[in-house]
Amino acid sequence: MAARDIHGVEAPWEDFRVVGKSHRKIDGVSKATGEAVYADDIQLQGMLHAKTLRSPHAHARIVSIDSSRALALPGVHAVITGADLSVQYGVIPWTPDETALATEKVRFIGDEVAAVAAVDEDTANAALELIEVEYEELHAFLDPRESLERDAPQIHTNRKENNVSKHVQLDFGDVDGAQESADLVVKGSYRFHGSTHAAIEPHCAVARVAPDGVLTLWSSTQISHYVHRALARVLEWEPQRIRVIQPCLGGAFGGKSDPFSLEFCVAKLAQITGRPVKMLWTREEVFYAHRGRHPMELDYTTSATEDGKITSVDAKILIDGGSYSSFGLVTTYYSGQLLSGPYDFPAYRFDSTRVFTNKPPCGPKRGHGSVQPRFAFECQLDEVAERLGIDPIEIRRKNFHGEHTKTVNGQRITSSGFMECLDKVERGSDWTERRGKLPRGRGLGVAGSMYISGTNYPIYPNEMPQAGIQLKADRSGLVTVFSGANDIGQGSSSVVRYLVAEELGMDHEDVRVIAADSDLCPVDLGAYSSRVTFMVGNATIDAARKLRAKIVTAVAEKWEVEEARVRLMEGRAIDLEDPEQVLSTREAIELAEARFDTLGATGSYNTPTLGGDYRGGSIGASPAYSFTAHVVEVDVDEETGRITVPKVWCAHDCGRALNPRLVAGQIEGSVYMGIAEALLEEHKVNRFGLHSGPSLLDYRLPTAIDTPDIETFIVESIDPEGPYGAKEAGEGPLHSAIPALANAIHDAVGIRLKELPFTPAKVLAALREKREREAGSGAATAMDSQGGLG
Amino acid sequence: MRVLTLDVNGDRQETAAPDHWTLLEVLRYKLGLTGSKQGCDKGDCGACTVLVDGKPVLSCLTLGAEAQGCAVQTIEGLRPAHLKRSATPEGTATGGIDPVQDAFDRCGALQCGFCQPGMMLSARALLDRSATPTREEIQKALSGNLCRCTGYTQIIEAVETAIAESTGGSSPRPSWVEDRKHLREEAL
Repeated sequence: MAARDIHGVEAPWEDFRVVGKSHRKIDGVSKATGEAVYADDIQLQGMLHAKTLRSPHAHARIVSIDSSRALALPGVHAVITGADLSVQYGVIPWTPDETALATEKVRFIGDEVAAVAAVDEDTANAALELIEVEYEELHAFLDPRESLERDAPQIHTNRKENNVSKHVQLDFGDVDGAQESADLVVKGSYRFHGSTHAAIEPHCAVARVAPDGVLTLWSSTQISHYVHRALARVLEWEPQRIRVIQPCLGGAFGGKSDPFSLEFCVAKLAQITGRPVKMLWTREEVFYAHRGRHPMELDYTTSATEDGKITSVDAKILIDGGSYSSFGLVTTYYSGQLLSGPYDFPAYRFDSTRVFTNKPPCGPKRGHGSVQPRFAFECQLDEVAERLGIDPIEIRRKNFHGEHTKTVNGQRITSSGFMECLDKVERGSDWTERRGKLPRGRGLGVAGSMYISGTNYPIYPNEMPQAGIQLKADRSGLVTVFSGANDIGQGSSSVVRYLVAEELGMDHEDVRVIAADSDLCPVDLGAYSSRVTFMVGNATIDAARKLRAKIVTAVAEKWEVEEARVRLMEGRAIDLEDPEQVLSTREAIELAEARFDTLGATGSYNTPTLGGDYRGGSIGASPAYSFTAHVVEVDVDEETGRITVPKVWCAHDCGRALNPRLVAGQIEGSVYMGIAEALLEEHKVNRFGLHSGPSLLDYRLPTAIDTPDIETFIVESIDPEGPYGAKEAGEGPLHSAIPALANAIHDAVGIRLKELPFTPAKVLAALREKREREAGSGAATAMDSQGGLG
Repeated sequence: MRVLTLDVNGDRQETAAPDHWTLLEVLRYKLGLTGSKQGCDKGDCGACTVLVDGKPVLSCLTLGAEAQGCAVQTIEGLRPAHLKRSATPEGTATGGIDPVQDAFDRCGALQCGFCQPGMMLSARALLDRSATPTREEIQKALSGNLCRCTGYTQIIEAVETAIAESTGGSSPRPSWVEDRKHLREEAL
């Protein structure tokens, strides 16, 4: 079994030399100069270009496909259809319901039907026009409520006899009893809309089959390993004949964490034509490929005591999954499982149902499955605080579950800096002085959240390590790290470099990292679930300590001293008791190479056994949780309904900040993305199943002008099991941005918006309703429909 | 097909491309200058921004033929390839690399890096027009370049750092830097 939590949180040599400082990234200069190679920058000799024919119908049976005219077009080398790639796959092995190209049915507008490889893109596009497909249209499900109620026609016929993708119902403690005995019960219905990742780099894949029969795939993926497995399965090739390389990646955010049609298509087309094949999706195709945030309808009931202690939370959630399963099984669990902190609920119940609809498939977007329930609950908690006359920050403090504890659903909590997060945003925003005293239309809101640092659920069950690292060192003084991790811009290869340099006492620039190449690097499961720093970081320290031991032994033997006297630091090996004895790292490595032969070391990480003792109890169980608090300041124009956000304060507990600047970048990117999806963005499909604005302009990606001023605070609750105490920073800080904004709107103008996104029309409607209610309540006796102090 | 004569990064380049090819396509797929990126191919994202006679231009909306007779500068031209930055991690640029590129690297503005060649060229064009732009002017000048990673915060910090270093002003101090410093002092 792989190593875990054995490294300790302290620096290897008294003080950290590399870790904790804002070093440059390993790929910074190559990105600054335009030399970094992304998938579409790869040009191979004789390379063909491929394009995809997509379904014009939301739901239809394919009666026939005739591609003979396309194939006859000069310059076309191959046309493939579902019959060529009929093996089903899916990122979750229990729900393989996708094929690279449609076999019998199409399930959304944009579903892939055929692919063409030609001498250039123009010819490939012309060939697509010549493919004749006859469809028999079927009833299209565009409303998740209809999918819940109507079983026929089935979107996936191999599933149970309905259109339900996954149903999870879990009960912890006596919710009904808690509601009956509570002083206050607040009910509310919330609606979270769909949003998408919109990484600036569109998906791209290049494949080549070498004369020796080895397939190489370069792909803009954040899960090389799962792509490797899926390719082997679908192509029915042995995995050792497939090499998957992730080049430099232009953003992902969860949008590149499924195996995608283009990866299989270029591989198959390269196999058929004997030529390298590239496929680059257009921006419109990326919008349809989607896998973005699931729209959810969320009904919440929270009960509390008079003094603000939450006694129960009850949730019923309907999840619109779109046309395929993707990560949906996990999404459905996450929608309930990840809400059980940072507050202590004695009783909790959730009932989540994910249904299929004939829309672009949903999947994991930053804060997978838990951003939506977090929005609903934190808004409701704000309402509880208001009804009880308790300060919204105070009620969050009051309910904090503490450190080294267990949540109601059996999740083990280790470190938590949540209280410090609240302190930071309270002080930063001058909350006590300013809240409630701002001019009309301006307000402050707070929210908190918790997120996982990886999960012990390895997607496909196996006993092998979840993260692996291999080191090579030689007499040149260079240490090379082979890392399976997908660096998607978050800086995982940089983190690996810093950790190795720290352990071996080297200049970090003398450590090079080769990442995400399946021929060279050990397996890592991929960049998802905020697992990389925690898991790959631990694997890196594991490997580096093994190599360090060899170097120290060799130096100690040479000097004829105890090993404890030998330290590696600042590019040297030193003798603690004899300042005259010094070697450079290069000389020390030479000694080790002579003493132990060719130098290498491997390291790995696996989570401890975690989670509640019930079905699904391990989903959402993480070795460590990050914590976040936001205060958002908002300006609501009551004339136009327009909301602007001048400032956001965000404090995030990431454990030890291995590189604080990279942590700040993750926090700021998360805040931006959260505010953007609350105010501007909407992944919306119209009544025909067509995307209502599949372009970055129509989707309304924020510019530098639209983005609020963000004040970031880093909280470091050193985690006992993280690499030097580190936890995640990439996804957690998105969650509470959205409810904090909603709560600020209430503070500003007294309306509770429960339906995202917060468009001017919704603001104006809510203001009108409020005026009418106030006018009405002036005449009649004050009534409250949503429970009350009882 | 059309024969094109282009002045790119100071080099006279001759190539041939279909009439409808954009400058972006010619740069990337004919001249091998892949630093300019395609994010949308319709002028929304700005990742393809290059400088044409010193002005930021969307190369995905410019035909290759239109750029003839103009001086085109791409990200590859912002940094002469034979010059290297200093080896120290905290070191500043030592010639060759543009101060904008160096500041983007040091300030964390390069997460995935995909939008940044265009962003850095927009920033360079701004600083060529005005030595000390305000925060609002920086935001406006960069508003045609979409970034999905950074929330623009470290990008603006990078531009302000480059400005401060060129004018001898003080570099911005983000809240998290101040906060950590404060904590350390308390701990002592």
